[in-house]
Amino acid sequence: MSEVDYASLIPNNVDLASDVRLQRALEAWYPKYIDWWKTMGPEGFQDYEVYLRTAVGVDPEGWAKFGYVRMPEYRWGILLAPQEQGRTIAFGQHKGEPVWQDVPGEYRAMLRRLVVIQGDTEPASVEQQRFLGQTAPSLYDMRNVFQVNVEEGRHLWAMVYLLQKYFGRDGREEAEDLLLRRSGDVDRPRILGAFNEATPDWLSFFMFTTFTDRDGKMQLESFANSGWDPLARTTRFMLTEEGHHMFVGRTGVERVIQRTTEIMNENGITDPTDVVGVRKHGGIDLPTIQKKINFHYSVTLDLFGAEISTNAANSFNAGLKARFHEPRIDDDHQLENDTYPVARVADGQIQIVDVPALTAINARLADDFIDDCEKVMKRWNRVFQAQGIGYSLSLPHRAFNRAVGEFADVFVTDKGEIVPEGEWHDRKHEWLASDSDLEYILSLMQLQTTPGKYANWISAPRAGINGKPGDFEYVKLAA
Amino acid sequence: MHKLSESVEGKIGRLEFRTSPEAYRHWSIAIDGSVARLVLAVDEHSPAAPGYELKLNSYDIGVDIELCDAIQRLRFEHPGVKTVVISSGIQGTFCAGANIRMLGTSSHSHKVNFCKFTNETRNAIEDASHYSGQTYMAALNGTAAGGGYELALATEYLMLIDDGNAAVSLPEVPLLAVLPATGGLTRVVDKRKVRRDLADVFCTLEEGMKGKRAVEWRLIDEIVPRSKFDACVTSKALELAALSDRPDGEAGITLDRLERSEKGDEIRYPFVTVHLDRDRRNVILEIEAPDRDAPTDVSGIKRQGVDFWPLAVVRAMDDAILHLRFNEPMLGTLIIRTSGDGDRVAAYDTLLDANRNDWFVREILLYMQRVYKRLDVTSRTTFAFVEQGSCFVGMLADLLFAVDRSYMLNGQLDDRLPARIQLSELNFGVLRMANGLTRLETRFLGEKESLDNARGLIGRKLEALQALEAGLITHAPDDIDWDDEIRLLLEERASFSPDALTGMEANLRFAGPETMETKIFGRLSAWQNWIFQRPNAAGSEGALKLYGTGKRAKYNRGRV
Repeated sequence: MSEVDYASLIPNNVDLASDVRLQRALEAWYPKYIDWWKTMGPEGFQDYEVYLRTAVGVDPEGWAKFGYVRMPEYRWGILLAPQEQGRTIAFGQHKGEPVWQDVPGEYRAMLRRLVVIQGDTEPASVEQQRFLGQTAPSLYDMRNVFQVNVEEGRHLWAMVYLLQKYFGRDGREEAEDLLLRRSGDVDRPRILGAFNEATPDWLSFFMFTTFTDRDGKMQLESFANSGWDPLARTTRFMLTEEGHHMFVGRTGVERVIQRTTEIMNENGITDPTDVVGVRKHGGIDLPTIQKKINFHYSVTLDLFGAEISTNAANSFNAGLKARFHEPRIDDDHQLENDTYPVARVADGQIQIVDVPALTAINARLADDFIDDCEKVMKRWNRVFQAQGIGYSLSLPHRAFNRAVGEFADVFVTDKGEIVPEGEWHDRKHEWLASDSDLEYILSLMQLQTTPGKYANWISAPRAGINGKPGDFEYVKLAA
Repeated sequence: MHKLSESVEGKIGRLEFRTSPEAYRHWSIAIDGSVARLVLAVDEHSPAAPGYELKLNSYDIGVDIELCDAIQRLRFEHPGVKTVVISSGIQGTFCAGANIRMLGTSSHSHKVNFCKFTNETRNAIEDASHYSGQTYMAALNGTAAGGGYELALATEYLMLIDDGNAAVSLPEVPLLAVLPATGGLTRVVDKRKVRRDLADVFCTLEEGMKGKRAVEWRLIDEIVPRSKFDACVTSKALELAALSDRPDGEAGITLDRLERSEKGDEIRYPFVTVHLDRDRRNVILEIEAPDRDAPTDVSGIKRQGVDFWPLAVVRAMDDAILHLRFNEPMLGTLIIRTSGDGDRVAAYDTLLDANRNDWFVREILLYMQRVYKRLDVTSRTTFAFVEQGSCFVGMLADLLFAVDRSYMLNGQLDDRLPARIQLSELNFGVLRMANGLTRLETRFLGEKESLDNARGLIGRKLEALQALEAGLITHAPDDIDWDDEIRLLLEERASFSPDALTGMEANLRFAGPETMETKIFGRLSAWQNWIFQRPNAAGSEGALKLYGTGKRAKYNRGRV
């Protein structure tokens, strides 16, 4: 018998104390999770106190409790957005029927797959980011990556809760497998490609949290209207946390741009493509930032899956996974007779083709993602205006550097021109960072642990966390 | 090139079965010593008919025609190959099985013919493993779903990559409302001997099974981590190769492109001519005796290679049967005739029998057996007409026992010698049916004395009444009645329902014990072809039709 009282240890609003089956499942899983966290979580900072936000409830009081905590002692919880009485399914063939509180037998396999794939991304990003603490440009940033990490851990819990509560033995096994796969591991890789890429430096981290976590947001938004109520409620609450991750990414890149433009102005560098000049003064040059955008954006687009997808059609029609902001869309929400324009390769060219809307669910979600990313680009480009530098960053064409979907077999430039494979490889470093670019970025990654100090390549944030001042000791490194 | 003539969406054009590795679009063969690797990397933009893409290494008839060719070439052209490893050239996916859009858009008869052909191809894989010393194994470097797993089941060893994702599955029932009918269900319980209740669980699990449990349930033989996968595949392949009796250092026999010419309603191959009679809806397949004496030994046989008469005849028959099945569905009766010097046929027959243990002769006999089996499962009425000048001797005499009925002329219509037939050792143990018996054993299932009697007739030239007496033919009309009998026979047959005939003939052809092979074909015909007709699968709201649209099938819940 377990000595630990999990029901009170684990913040929850799912009545864990009286759910014996779930308790038993968690008792078996919890030690393995802690084991995983200690071996695969942030490397080297597990014994220090970090100023973290913990969600202990879903009301405004409870969802953001700040305080110092050692990460292995973080109170990962199981929190679902409150149940809406009388909610009905908003889309697909079951539109108008009451939402399901249990897993419908006919959709068991489909739902389990959706939950497992979503769940697999959460620990994956923790693994990808586990060395970043060692090169944090400030205590503020260090705290932020740890905050992101513990919350991804909680998102794993959220998915594990669904698996353990609703999918029986299969669910428990899948929950264990989530702890056994490893990002980038040759034998047991994470399910999706982008989650096996390394996050070796902080610019990569900021790009990842800007773009890849934004994919996470889009996926969670689509689940937030699911006809399976436990999934909808779980993901609704996860979205409150995901917002912070994207904030870390967006402001992180913004601070890099800010610092680079400052360096340029301080040193009379007027040519925005002057790589050598900026690097001489220890900044990250603008072309390299653009190339990092190109990479992370294109790899993230692959996460949306094939533009034309039977699986996506099935899960929409089944009422399990909606479109982005489904209730705000002005149509019949069933799409049986609608079409949707999708960019495809036809006759050697990229063309817009109308396809049955049900099969284009992934393409549409990617479109919404792209719109969202455009807004981010606008924010970043404001820095250039403020600093008086004639430059702007932009998203590459959606067909650029793709390994999944319509464009997987063609070679496309950042501007959307199809070129021969050989030419693409010859010109690759016009659009993607070279090894020497990446080595340069790595060379800048030096740990900065003085409260209020920031590495030379990044500027200070406009405001601290939870209203704390800039020189606040976000991580207590002196044990 | 699989596609020849006009096609519309979902409608397959005329199919061509002759191909060669240079023309493959979906498979590649790489040979390293005693191990061949057969790699599937389907070109999704080269379907056999317009209207679908071959995603996720899914297959259609075009993909399977290449596989069939590859299997055949590995046997004949590469005597030194002892293990064949089937794997995928596409990351994360071994094979997703038959393409669903293809099944959803193609005609019923194409679906049936497609399934039959894929079954025959998978049986040919097992045939190579069991009798040819060329053992197949599946290196499942990604998920094998539906027909993809069925393809793997046709091999003798299934090694699955253990990467936390790759699984084996038979999701047809939950996803598509059809059966895993390329032998899938039968091989799971009959060959792999998976317990029936566990098989029931497995066959309703859309996502299939992976890891240790897949091994425990005997769905696969081994799981191997990704980092060790290639090395384990190679060492297993070499281990299997060591058990083979195939020769080292022998040259193979190149399967040059089969010659075929067409003129009007006549198709000519070397030694085989096919006459299409569209008015009477029948086909005459005429086999000619050798035009020269048999070689004296094995090296003579090998010098002749594909031109060696028995091999040439079998190749032509193989192509002709497939052509008729797929491209001439309106011609319902297949009549087999022979012509030429029976003594020469007998000499070739003796030569084959005397050299049965040579790898090449073995391959010819096994190929003959497969082609005759193709005839057995062809949904056409089959007749043989034994006339003056014919040469139903030995291997050709076996065709008399393959057809639904045989007619032998009693008497003379001209001054040539009367018609005669002749048995040989090949009719008694070499050429077996899917039920494991020879055609004579099946024919005389209830009359052992007739079988013994027939054995005593080996080598004797039997005229019509003797053959009739021995039970070797159905009828022996005399020269006065012959023309009328034959005309009436063909007209009557052509008047019956083709469906009822197909069913009746298939029921009557396979007396005797069940084998895995007979079960596969029997169940394919009975169950899958029934399900393929039912609205729950093939109706406008059926699962096959709606697959990929995102719409869910509406089932009639009544049990039949």
